[in-house]
Amino acid sequence: MLVPLTLVAITVLILIDSWPALTTFGLTYFTTTEWDPVKLVFGAAAYVYGTLVTTIVAVVLATPIAVGAAIYLTEFAPRAIRAPVAFTIELLAYIPSIVYGLWAIFVMVPVMRSAVEPALQATLGQLPVIGKLFSGTPIGLDLLSGGVVLAIMILPILMAVSREVLLAVPPTQREAMIGLGATRWEAVSRAVLPYARPGIIGGAVLGVARAFGETMAVTMVVGNSSRDISGSLFVPGYTMASAIANQFVEADSELYFSAIVEIALVLLLVGIIVNAAARVLIRRSISDRPAGAVV
Amino acid sequence: MAAVSAITPSSAIPSRHRVAARRRIGQSVVVGLLLLATALAVALLVTILGYVVVRGLPAIDLAFFTERPRPFGEPGGGIGPALLGTALLAAVSGAIAIPIGMSAAIFVVEYRSGRFAAPVRFAAELIAGLPSIVIGVFVWALLVRGLVGHYAAIAGAVALAVIMVPIVARTVEEVLRLVPNSLREAALALGAPRWKVIMSIVLPTARAGILTAAILALARSAGETAPLLLTALGNDFFSTDLFRPIAALPLQIYRYAVSPYDDWHTKAWGASLVLVVVIGVVGLLLRVVARQRVR
Repeated sequence: MLVPLTLVAITVLILIDSWPALTTFGLTYFTTTEWDPVKLVFGAAAYVYGTLVTTIVAVVLATPIAVGAAIYLTEFAPRAIRAPVAFTIELLAYIPSIVYGLWAIFVMVPVMRSAVEPALQATLGQLPVIGKLFSGTPIGLDLLSGGVVLAIMILPILMAVSREVLLAVPPTQREAMIGLGATRWEAVSRAVLPYARPGIIGGAVLGVARAFGETMAVTMVVGNSSRDISGSLFVPGYTMASAIANQFVEADSELYFSAIVEIALVLLLVGIIVNAAARVLIRRSISDRPAGAVV
Repeated sequence: MAAVSAITPSSAIPSRHRVAARRRIGQSVVVGLLLLATALAVALLVTILGYVVVRGLPAIDLAFFTERPRPFGEPGGGIGPALLGTALLAAVSGAIAIPIGMSAAIFVVEYRSGRFAAPVRFAAELIAGLPSIVIGVFVWALLVRGLVGHYAAIAGAVALAVIMVPIVARTVEEVLRLVPNSLREAALALGAPRWKVIMSIVLPTARAGILTAAILALARSAGETAPLLLTALGNDFFSTDLFRPIAALPLQIYRYAVSPYDDWHTKAWGASLVLVVVIGVVGLLLRVVARQRVR
């Protein structure tokens, strides 16, 4: 009974601590970007925006790679290498967040600043509408870098879930299609993937759940500057989790502290909703998972 | 979707050849792309681990393991207190989390008809999905501000335990389900009470799997940083006092990494190497134990 009690205690304590901010700011907490500990005005819209943007970037980048690798490793790869390669990719899940952060600051960010971001600006940045995403000075410590680190971090869970879902597709689905004269890829794209779709979407949702609450690695590369919402990926931002990590200890007034805890409350509620949704989707695709799975 | 037309039978024989060729080429292109995705995922792992090893090795010598961190400018200094702290946190959090997680699993599997089994399982899954920083905020409110009154090692251990309980619970649950029902029935038929069946039949049978669960949870929690920032805080000195701030490997990496000094950055890589090796060794242990279970 301790387990459900813990969940209740987490919710209650966080609710109590965020109560002053909840009652003082109400909905403006989510619609304004002014976060001023001196004037005691707190609006978290910029943090919510930073979390949304980095999470979207992460899922958009990671999903094709993870699902592609999962398809290759269940349908096309030589049998002998399937399990070892999948295991290797799943090892990414065991690298601690802080090590990703270290690698990202000292290896990835310089590459983003000097090569990737200027290249994106020169190509996609010239296009009419989406060009705005790539405007501004490439600095490396920005929302795009935060999203890329997150993409690498959610890759293993996305791959592992997709692979399990694909393995759970009955072989008769493939055999029937191949028996009709289809190539392997036609069988996969039209008989296997539609069957596995809910589970794969569930994996992506689980990736979202991981990404939006991830703290250390993102905090180290996202720039940590709560500027206004600009629409470009090349601006330093703040995510909800990094705002907590950076400001929690320095909160010197009750309202300031309460405003930070309200961020945790949002993370808590979104976490519960997103995880519950993901589990429902995945369970629809596979009935039981093997012990020790990454999920 | 060119491939759609490829499926519909065509009456003219020559064009059928052309269609077949196009379908084969289409398949090759797709498989090439899938292979590329797989290679990219593996390359990411190799790159990140490669950097940790290459940049970390120069920091490693005996003093690095035994000395405490020095102020910048003084030569030497290491991660001694952090290693001690991580070991102590692992021991205490394990002592809290493993019994609770196991009880939850036993409860869910052995008393599954009970009214509370489903809520326990569901709560464990939801806690597992929560961002770890939220758990940090919760334990801060409960212990750092509440029961203990200041930053303390015990708060860090409790935060890690909250993260470990669902991992232990879920993994042990899977293991207990593997214990054949006939064993339970045989014992019950001999007149053994339920608790005795669990203690002397079910748990000994599942011993290896339970060990796996414990190791898995410890490996997971060893790299946690964000909740420790809000609870254990970190410490430059050797400490085994549960009611004072304590150092931990991930915290030490963070401190070294965000400093402006090159020498400290090298130490951050070195500490990361140590952390990754520790988790890797634990993971290997896990594979060995898991394999024994299969036999």
